[in-house]
Amino acid sequence: MKPDEIAALLGAQFGAKILESKPSPLSPWSVVDPAEILPVCRFLRDDERLRMDHLECLAGVDYKDRIEVVYVLYSMTHRHRYALKCLLPRESARLNSVESIWGAANWHEREAYDLLGIVFEGHSDLRRILLPDDWEGHPLRRDYKFPTSYRDMPV
Amino acid sequence: MEAEYTGDVMTLNMGPQHPSTHGVLRLELKTDGEVVAEAIPHIGYLHRCFEKHAENIEYPGVVPFTDRMDYCAAMNMELGYVLAVEKLMGIEVNNRVRCIRIIMAELNRIASHLIAAGTYGNDMGSFTPFLWCFRDRETILDIFEETCGARLLYNYNWIGGLMCDVLPGFEKRVIDFIDYFEPQVDNLNKLLSDNYIFIKRTANVGIMPPELAINYGVTGPNLRGSGIKFDVRKDEPYLGYEEYDFDVAIGRGEHGPIGSCWDRYMVRIREVKESCKIVRQAVAKMTPGDVQESIPKRIKPAAGEVYHRTECPRGELGYYIVSDGSLKPYRVKVKSPCFTVMGAFRKISRGAMIADIIAILGSVDVVLGEIDR
Repeated sequence: MKPDEIAALLGAQFGAKILESKPSPLSPWSVVDPAEILPVCRFLRDDERLRMDHLECLAGVDYKDRIEVVYVLYSMTHRHRYALKCLLPRESARLNSVESIWGAANWHEREAYDLLGIVFEGHSDLRRILLPDDWEGHPLRRDYKFPTSYRDMPV
Repeated sequence: MEAEYTGDVMTLNMGPQHPSTHGVLRLELKTDGEVVAEAIPHIGYLHRCFEKHAENIEYPGVVPFTDRMDYCAAMNMELGYVLAVEKLMGIEVNNRVRCIRIIMAELNRIASHLIAAGTYGNDMGSFTPFLWCFRDRETILDIFEETCGARLLYNYNWIGGLMCDVLPGFEKRVIDFIDYFEPQVDNLNKLLSDNYIFIKRTANVGIMPPELAINYGVTGPNLRGSGIKFDVRKDEPYLGYEEYDFDVAIGRGEHGPIGSCWDRYMVRIREVKESCKIVRQAVAKMTPGDVQESIPKRIKPAAGEVYHRTECPRGELGYYIVSDGSLKPYRVKVKSPCFTVMGAFRKISRGAMIADIIAILGSVDVVLGEIDR
């Protein structure tokens, strides 16, 4: 399916829950209401025409005024790609986990939590993954202050 | 090593300095006798903040950092990054650059698979294949060294071109190596792949069903080992891979259920032969040209974002790059193939014997530098 067809299908199914769509050929995406991420993802995976069975990449980006979570999806069946975005406020970056839809989301979400402090509700095991368990702060936040020491060791 | 006894389940730490964890990986094993009820991977021992560093360096300066992710396949790591930036900026490179990039990427794939096969043999108790593989890999590293001066971390692929042209006689050296190497693959098969003990250790172990592989985002040889014919070089070609004649190697389950450790191992051996075919064709396609003609004076992409993926030896490497129109990338997110397969490790290792954990870990062929970044 072409990106604009996917965007039209999403718009027809979810209406106002799809806040914005930009089906450009370079990197097509749609912005989804964070409260609706689970139904939208389930539709993308289960619909016969879409079958987005492969979560390629889950990236968090801190834009200083908001946090974006980007889901890059791919269909192994139909060989097409699409991306979803959720815009979250920086102070309370929370949204539902999609771990129940794609197993790959488990570790990707842990990484986004670890480095950006995005909380995924309903995640089975939301712990830090790359940094030590007692690390403070989330380094990929734009206002992150580099620590001078870790457990009394100079960094 | 800490161990605690809770009923019949004992917690046992394998790693982070265990030789067969292929780097610094810690596996927390919940063992019930010899059976592993759960193997929980703990990563991060090699975390070097690549993504944070990338925010503070200009675009060309990121390339050497990408080398250090998967140090066994640095050419492929750079290639993914420079292709993503080129896609963002709309740069087209000439035929010579494309051919040299393909030759380098495929040679590095061979070198990387040789490490995978050799160390896997070593893990399974067979030492000679290890020496054979490292002997042949040496020739590839020599070719890289004479081209760009480095044996492991190259900084050879630049945005819009290459660091330098290849030396005269490069084509002959490459073809000589391929001529020598192709029969060596059959020798390796005789020694290791078809070895009765090796098959017994690997063929019924660590089964990854295709549905699980897709659901967990497993890519590359591990996905193809489960019998799924998917290769980014075929299905989303870059650098003109669509003009090359090669097959996508998949696991066929000759010695047991499909998706076993042996299948994943064998996919790599088959891929090495396909890479030889690609290298021959790329050498034949090479035309004269200036390898630096498309390098921009200032690398300053317009604001925007791009996701680009390439087929690395260990799977599909994706770069998600956000540009805010300045000289430095706003965000570089790496989708690492080893990271996703490690996420599925807990599933495929459930209920295995302790010795089989080594077999499973070796068969998924992870490089910790790329997982931790």
